[in-house]
Amino acid sequence: MALAFDEFGRPFIIIKEQEQKTRLRGLDAQKSNISAGKAVARILRTSLGPKGMDKMLQSPDGDVTITNDGATILEQMDVDNQIAKLMVELSRSQDYEIGDGTTGVVVMAGALLDQAEKLLERGIHPIRVAEGYEMASRIAVDHLECIANKFEFGAADIEPLVQTCMTTLSSKIVNRCKRSLAEIAVKAVLAVADLERKDVNLDLIKVEGKVGGKLEDTELIYGIIVEKDMSHPQMPKQIEDAKIAILTCPFEPPKPKTKHKVDIDTVEKFQTLRLQEQKYFDDMVQKCKDVGATLVICQWGFDDEANHLLMHRNLPAVRWVGGVELELIAIATGGRIVPRFQELTPEKLGKAGLVREKSFGTTKDRMIYIEHCANSRAVTIFIRGGNKMMIEETKRSIHDALCVARNLIHNNSIVYGGGSAEISCSIAVEAAADKYPGVEQYAIRAFADALDAIPMALAENSGLQPIETLSAVKAQQIKENNTCCGIDCNDVGTNDMREQDVFETLIGKKQQILLATQVVKMILKIDDVISPSNY
Amino acid sequence: MAVDKLLKDEATEEKGERARMASFVGAMAIADLVKTTLGPKGMDKILQSTGRGNSVMVTNDGATILKSLHIENPAAKVLVDISKVQDDEVGDGTTSVVVLAGELLREAEKLVATKIHPMTIISGYRLAAEYARNALLQKVMDNKEDEEKFKSDLMKIAMTSLSSKILSQDKEHFAKLAVHAVMRLKGSTNLEAIQIIKKPGGSLKDSFLDEGFILDKKIGIGQPKRIENAKILVANTAMDTDKVKIYGARVRVDSMSKVVDIEGAEKEKMREKVQKIIAHGINCFVNRQLIYNFPEELFADAGVLAIEHADFDGIERLALVTGGEIASTFDNPELVKLGHCNLIEEIMIGEDKLIHFSGVEMGQACTIVLRGASFHVLDEAERSLHDALCVLSQTVNDSRVVLGGGWPEMVMAKAVDELARTTPGKKSNAIEAFSRALLAIPTTIADNAGLDSAELIAKLRAEHHKEGSPAGIDVISGSVGDMAELGISESFKVKQAVLLSATEAAEMILRVDDIITCAPRKREDRM
Repeated sequence: MALAFDEFGRPFIIIKEQEQKTRLRGLDAQKSNISAGKAVARILRTSLGPKGMDKMLQSPDGDVTITNDGATILEQMDVDNQIAKLMVELSRSQDYEIGDGTTGVVVMAGALLDQAEKLLERGIHPIRVAEGYEMASRIAVDHLECIANKFEFGAADIEPLVQTCMTTLSSKIVNRCKRSLAEIAVKAVLAVADLERKDVNLDLIKVEGKVGGKLEDTELIYGIIVEKDMSHPQMPKQIEDAKIAILTCPFEPPKPKTKHKVDIDTVEKFQTLRLQEQKYFDDMVQKCKDVGATLVICQWGFDDEANHLLMHRNLPAVRWVGGVELELIAIATGGRIVPRFQELTPEKLGKAGLVREKSFGTTKDRMIYIEHCANSRAVTIFIRGGNKMMIEETKRSIHDALCVARNLIHNNSIVYGGGSAEISCSIAVEAAADKYPGVEQYAIRAFADALDAIPMALAENSGLQPIETLSAVKAQQIKENNTCCGIDCNDVGTNDMREQDVFETLIGKKQQILLATQVVKMILKIDDVISPSNY
Repeated sequence: MAVDKLLKDEATEEKGERARMASFVGAMAIADLVKTTLGPKGMDKILQSTGRGNSVMVTNDGATILKSLHIENPAAKVLVDISKVQDDEVGDGTTSVVVLAGELLREAEKLVATKIHPMTIISGYRLAAEYARNALLQKVMDNKEDEEKFKSDLMKIAMTSLSSKILSQDKEHFAKLAVHAVMRLKGSTNLEAIQIIKKPGGSLKDSFLDEGFILDKKIGIGQPKRIENAKILVANTAMDTDKVKIYGARVRVDSMSKVVDIEGAEKEKMREKVQKIIAHGINCFVNRQLIYNFPEELFADAGVLAIEHADFDGIERLALVTGGEIASTFDNPELVKLGHCNLIEEIMIGEDKLIHFSGVEMGQACTIVLRGASFHVLDEAERSLHDALCVLSQTVNDSRVVLGGGWPEMVMAKAVDELARTTPGKKSNAIEAFSRALLAIPTTIADNAGLDSAELIAKLRAEHHKEGSPAGIDVISGSVGDMAELGISESFKVKQAVLLSATEAAEMILRVDDIITCAPRKREDRM
């Protein structure tokens, strides 16, 4: 570590405990940062595309996750390096914003860093590189807008949406039944979407999984599933035309927050208290009954006595239902969540056409289905699969598909997948580069090369000759002036992604390029890394 | 410049070939571990726990073995997981699913060594699995219409399931028990209604199914030991001090006399409660919670049999059997449905007294009493019986049946082989491999029985070349036999679940090309 000395040869102490910290400066810092970023990208590179491989991650507690989702891999990777953490953040923000393309964004950033390293070696200042990248990304995004296609869909014509979701799902393990899953995802999104405002609240879609059965049994339920059973084993298991009282107060004697004591000092008081208690339970049940409820869903527990009274009055009940589920039930059935018995009114009851309890497998797993709701705006996707990891991975894949469908409803522009958009951008950027005077030109050209990394990785993962394939496709794009040429990953026999029906959303692609450029700029600007040395 | 540290300390990453190797080896090790328990001549394993007492378990059940292992290898964990799911879903075939998945991976390893991409193998496996399922589907037998035949099917399935377990000596006896018990459920898969009571002593043959219901409790002292034509109130209520549940209530007195008063009032309250209960016109009262001496005495005075502290399952079952409802309040006797049975009496099994309810109205629940020489035997017997019950209850719902003894695997292998011949491209290698993996199950069964597997399998294949052959391995005589004649059947649902989950698991492991292991969480040593 470089030290400053005063005129008597004593070292200046600038940073606290200076000797114990390692410090990297200048080009060294940039290079080490770049190589860290590249290392992360390298891990994800093989996961890209329909023939991408999965990663197996073992958590500190020994749980195993098998996934293909970039954001999940990075999140669970236990990364220590600061720059690597930035990449993790990058993938996460893509996940939050778009929900899909989390792998692609990291691979893209890795390629940009790779190119930057070469430029740095030629003595170009990092800031100039960063600026060049910035310009290039603008060109690329503009170009994306040009090649984007709008496509129309309506509630009746969901085919385009399904096709796009299928592109997302085809890279996951669930691609065996991508068609049905894509349909489920699209139908779910359309059910909750507000097409007027182009808004989709994904919170209304509940993704529930249960181990067992097979993937093909996955279904979309226009209603809610609660993993609970009726509070009393002898309550009816099926209720038609249910009127549901949704309560957040326990069927128990009240427990006021203020400290108080009820003193019992005479026999009379003891007896009145006893009577009061009995009356209390009676009242509670009676109130539910009075408003005409035929099912009680409660966030809290029931006293044994209350439970029996409920069952006695033929009022089925479900207890210990979680807050989120309660809210969803309220939305779906059009009911109001009632915090006190006194406030129960007939209008506040939710309505559902059918409530039934269903049991699974040989163990006593039961679930309550609430279907045919008054307001079918809340839906549930119920996933079945061979094992826990499969379910988890399916959940993640469905989430991606849902996000894609939502993005399409926001903005119905698409670009073609299979690397075709990247190749087309690369050609456009390359062509534009020559118009820029100055050092940035090199950076812009490097950006064009970096864009090629995604189709290259796609080809590599699909077992094709990467360079050969890429150059062929590029030549074809220029020759035929057809921006839909991409990598034929599935060996279908055509390069035209329009024929293969491989689409991606425009915002997803745009976001990938912008986010990757931003992070790379940030990494390039760092020229000093001070870290505490290991202790 | 190489990055020296990307991951945290102790976290490791394995890539590409090495990662694949690690998962193959782990998965195959697990498969080999349980392999020897497969089939009627499979061997058992002793599991010793590391916990206090080093308790020992002897078992043949794949899921139980795997559940008790501590496994480091992530791929092995996937296999353990599928075995567990198989147990939850269909209850049987827990060993087969692991063996099949292991074999699929073993074949995949060979293919990967010949430079075939895992993705190609996966797509081949998928095709093959689908094709195999359809082939099996065409050969299923469904005797749902014919009750007699269906019952004999159930019987055969139960015997086949039990034949690989410790109960194989008395499989006929137990199969009959299991079929009877499941038939009583009338299509429900709620196995909780079947109670299994284990009492050491006697021999396994002495086990029996009781039509009625047996509660592992004693009758209160001074109360009638035998009640005919009993009316039963099943309750879940506090019969100790019946606390006032209003929060914050407490007793505060200023003189001794008042204490006496309140005590009196409390007693009065309890007496009233007891009176109310008795007013239901019952002569038997079963409570989930404790009954204190005082109310017990009151019950005894009234000639009512009071049983305390029956656990929750017991109560639910009792309610199911007798048709009564579980009551917690007693103000409206006319509304409470009482349970009925013809006779309640105390019986002795071994040295223990139990309460026996016979002549019950609703025959949904029943009790199986297992007798055996030791706890280990009983535990294993329970597990085996549980497997059989699970399979039966699933079969009642999905009545499709296939033959056993390696027959389904042969049928599927034959179909898959045909598919391989007609499929162009590298995939056909994978499909062929799938058929080889399927054959591993009959091979293992034969090997475990000490037979010449190569010879037998070759014979079987020849036999199966004929359309609709019922040939399978007859372990007893050590030759190829007619499975239909020998009465060896399995549930289609179990076979299908084995096939699908094994393929799914193999696929999952094959897709992995990178294993990242986080540093294990530091644990406080609590020694």
